[in-house]
Amino acid sequence: MKNLSGYLKRYAMESVLAPLFKLLEVILDLMVPLVVARMINIGVAGNDRTYMVQCFGILIGMALLGLAASITAQFFAAKASTGFAADLRQAVFDHIQGFSFTELDTLGADTMITRLTDDINQVQTGVNMGLRLLLRSPFVVFGAMVMAFTIDVKCAWIFAGAIPVLFLVVFAIMLVSIPLFKKAQSALDRVTCLTRENLTGVRVIRAFCREGQSVREFDESSRYLTKLNEFVGRISALLNPLTYVLINIAAVILIDWAAIEVSIGGIAQGDVVALNNYMLQITVELIKLASLIITLNKSVACAGRVSSVLAQPASMAYPAENVKPAEDAQDAVCFDHVGFTYKNAGAPSLTNVSFRAKKGQTIGIIGGTGSGKSTLVSLIPRFYDPQQGTVALDGEDARNYTRETLCEKVGVVQQRAVLFQGTIRDNLRWGNENADDAALWEALEAAQAKEVVEAKPGQLDFQLEQGGRNLSGGQKQRLSIARALVKKPEILILDDSSSALDFATDAALRRSIRNLGYDVTTFLVSQRIACIRQADQILVLDNGSLAGVGTHEQLLESCPLYQEIFDSQFPGERKNAKEGNAQ
Amino acid sequence: MKKQTVKNADNGKTLKKLWGHIAKFRVLLILSVIMAAATVILQLYVPILFGDAIDNIIAAGQVDFARVGYYLKRVLVLASLSGVTGWTMSILNNRMTYRVVQDIRAQSIRHIQHLPLSYLDQHSTGDIVSRIIADADILSDGLLLGFTQLFSGVVTIVVTLIFMFSKNFWITLLVICLTPVSFWVAKFISSHSYGMFRKQSEARGKQTALIEEIIGNQKVVRAYGYEERASRRFAEINEQLRDYSAQAIFYSSLTNPCTRFVNSLIYAGVALIGTILIPGGSLTVGGLTVLLSYANQYMKPFNDISSVVTEMQNALACAARLFALLEEPEESADAQGTLEDPKGCVEIQNVAFSYDKSRKLIEHFSLDARPGMRVAIVGPTGCGKTTFINLLMRFYDTDSGEITIDGKEIKTLSRHALRSGFGMVLQDTWVKQGTVRENIAFGKPDATDEEIILAAKEAHSWDFIRRLPKGLDTVLYEDSISQGQKQLLCITRVMLTLPPMLILDEATSSIDTRTEVLIQEAFDKLMEGRTSFVVAHRLSTIRNASLILVMRDGKIIEQGTHEELLARGGFYHTLYNSQFQRA
Repeated sequence: MKNLSGYLKRYAMESVLAPLFKLLEVILDLMVPLVVARMINIGVAGNDRTYMVQCFGILIGMALLGLAASITAQFFAAKASTGFAADLRQAVFDHIQGFSFTELDTLGADTMITRLTDDINQVQTGVNMGLRLLLRSPFVVFGAMVMAFTIDVKCAWIFAGAIPVLFLVVFAIMLVSIPLFKKAQSALDRVTCLTRENLTGVRVIRAFCREGQSVREFDESSRYLTKLNEFVGRISALLNPLTYVLINIAAVILIDWAAIEVSIGGIAQGDVVALNNYMLQITVELIKLASLIITLNKSVACAGRVSSVLAQPASMAYPAENVKPAEDAQDAVCFDHVGFTYKNAGAPSLTNVSFRAKKGQTIGIIGGTGSGKSTLVSLIPRFYDPQQGTVALDGEDARNYTRETLCEKVGVVQQRAVLFQGTIRDNLRWGNENADDAALWEALEAAQAKEVVEAKPGQLDFQLEQGGRNLSGGQKQRLSIARALVKKPEILILDDSSSALDFATDAALRRSIRNLGYDVTTFLVSQRIACIRQADQILVLDNGSLAGVGTHEQLLESCPLYQEIFDSQFPGERKNAKEGNAQ
Repeated sequence: MKKQTVKNADNGKTLKKLWGHIAKFRVLLILSVIMAAATVILQLYVPILFGDAIDNIIAAGQVDFARVGYYLKRVLVLASLSGVTGWTMSILNNRMTYRVVQDIRAQSIRHIQHLPLSYLDQHSTGDIVSRIIADADILSDGLLLGFTQLFSGVVTIVVTLIFMFSKNFWITLLVICLTPVSFWVAKFISSHSYGMFRKQSEARGKQTALIEEIIGNQKVVRAYGYEERASRRFAEINEQLRDYSAQAIFYSSLTNPCTRFVNSLIYAGVALIGTILIPGGSLTVGGLTVLLSYANQYMKPFNDISSVVTEMQNALACAARLFALLEEPEESADAQGTLEDPKGCVEIQNVAFSYDKSRKLIEHFSLDARPGMRVAIVGPTGCGKTTFINLLMRFYDTDSGEITIDGKEIKTLSRHALRSGFGMVLQDTWVKQGTVRENIAFGKPDATDEEIILAAKEAHSWDFIRRLPKGLDTVLYEDSISQGQKQLLCITRVMLTLPPMLILDEATSSIDTRTEVLIQEAFDKLMEGRTSFVVAHRLSTIRNASLILVMRDGKIIEQGTHEELLARGGFYHTLYNSQFQRA
């Protein structure tokens, strides 16, 4: 949490002035009963109307001053809290930008989005309320006590006794109920989850005739929620009646003692009225304080979560300077006994993978679901660091390149085509901020996306909706390939990124990538043999290890797994294929 | 005007329905109202007793201790009593609201089990969930608590006025006349800060969209080195939001100080007139104390009532939504017929069906599946393949025509009898939040671990389950396993139940082709002598089906075995060849 206080320090002046002006307002509020007491003691006793009107004037003046002080305080509080929240949001956002894939996997996008939006908003509310009110209520409570002392020391001791007792009661109730509220919240989450499942799984539930069981499970969690809610409700409902009774007991004692003081001439009747007023003010403020503390407690929990994101260090370090790769390096990519396990995973995803990809080669990667294809290619742009072995680019360990260089060198088109809100031009320029339209069209043509863009009104200026919703899956894939080509990468990775394309477009795409105007080493990840059979080298992955490396023909000869995959896609055709090759 | 009347009539209806739902809590509600009234009256009477006590503490030597003691004792009794009634009221309210919610939810979840799929398919899950969870909460909070609050508010105002008039007519009149000013000020401020709130929420909306897009796709951002550009874009909107928020928060936070200011004016006015009147004898000092404390509190019930009324309107809208769900007609009543040891003889005669009755979908659909047959259904997207499954499982009922199993029309069978005759795997995988074991044993909750593991091995899911952190005990969440792995789990689920008939709707679409072949073999073994229906996209998996139905636009256009259909050179031939086209 300490890492957050730094952001509030930038608004130190506002954060100090806001409560100070609030204090001024409170002091004025506290003067009111005193003035009224004087109106009674002096004005009424002497039937002095001028004095009464004077006092009335003073009351109005104090109200005006209080209004001004309060408005000033609100102004500073608003400025400090929104400024603090804005700075914090920017800091968290920027911090996330520095995360490597490992941190992104661990935290998860939903979590990070919630931290940046709801949680920081809640922190902002907390800071704002805190600056405005956290000091106000204690000021009023203790101020009332101090004022009581100025009136009559003996009676004031009742305040000194009542306040700690009241505080104790309020805090005890809250301390007990807050964790229970949290528990009730998670019970509600469970009920929500079950409701959702009953809807999303309706076909499965009905197909398996499990309606009764679903209802029972739901009832159970619903009853548990009710039980928790009633329990915590009963405890937190004690707050108001209990404080009310206590404050009245205190007031009764107060009046009783005050009666004695008046009878011996210690204080006047007006003073009793004032003392009684102060006692009443305490009740109101204590209740306010309690609800404020609940709000603050929520904010503190949110702040803790935000803080934990900031405290998560970026695990990947990059060198400040590039190494100079060997000029004569033959291999664009070289895996040397690479082993990799995802954080928190039970088993390794890659074991002992070694291969070399010469510059300009096309490498196909094939294998079953979860065999490690995507993992393998994500080590090339150093999205993750392998735990065993090395990944070298141009003969130099990937860890010795700067972040920028790696990013320029390697273009990745991920499985799920992701486009962003904005024009097509904006989207393509993700690859290269300074690319001109000619370069964009060139990339589009190579990605077989030229006609897609040409058919859109405004062409490159066509506005995409969030997530590229207004495009079909195949169009998105082609545009995301074009985006990678705009970068003109030395190494291009297509991770199952043409699955939504029809066979002819897919083939044309592969042809045009082979004939790009510049030297590019291409990795093609696919489940379809048809997509990779032309590759210079095919890596066959099985459960994270290489089951075979070679050309299509070599693998058909020697790799049983490859043969199986082939048979599953071209049943009974292996024999023909062999004959065809022999010719 | 007319619209308003209609709306009011609707509200009346909703209230009537609600009354029906809470009928069994009637006693609680009445008790709660009585307690509320008692609490309010007691709490309002206490200041009068204090005032009376103060009137007996006039000056040195003029203190009537007996009277003071008498009043103070009554304060103690009444305050304690009000504490008890207050707490009782809270407990009653708690019990009532939570039980009503629980009842309504229990009713809803049961209702969902019997809603026709046509309703569930057409309504978004999020919408229905929010009715059962959020709307139910708002309904109970808003209507039930709202009712008690509204009632106490009204009682407070009436009793306060009576007490105040009993003390002094003119001062009461002054308070009544000045109070609306405070309302007017609050309204003025809120209508002026509304514009700023709108700007704030627009900016916040834009920022959230950006956050969701960027952070949600942080891996793409990272792959393209877009981090700095993202940060710049974020900063721009963040600055905007900071300004709008600061303004919106500041202006809206003026309400409190301003209404407080108006209250201070009223207070000063009461003090002035009161002190002027006391010497004339029409008011006592104690009476003034009472009036001052009432003047302070008088605003509160008005504010409460105005917020309760908004809340109640909102709650009525929620109740209407919830009742709309509960009143949605259930699917046709269940028949009683049973299937004893089904042979799997499925006959379909001249069936017609469409979702949208104005657009025909399936027409003249006939099929005769003998026990042990493997029926494959192929065809382009939207041709009615999945609809056929919907009809077979009676997720939807046919418009005309007959479907019989072993000679029994399926509408004469109970739905459970029909459905337990089938094992079903859908493309849309559904995995519930729970352990892997719970998910696999979904259709057979009493399965032993041996049976589960055996099924998992047959479905080729054991490999990945074994590698999960806790094996069968791993708790699955929405995205903790891949789509392919989810499909494997769904297949395992069916493997375990050994159904007499099988439906596979694109059941292996996310699984690699090699595993698919292995699973197919397992299914072949499982289904020996049983009837199965397979919808497939990849034609390679259905080559050895005993009957292939080629569907187009809701009609069967070709049927036969793979060889027959290929030889015919029709639509199937074209489909099949496009699939295996080479690059």
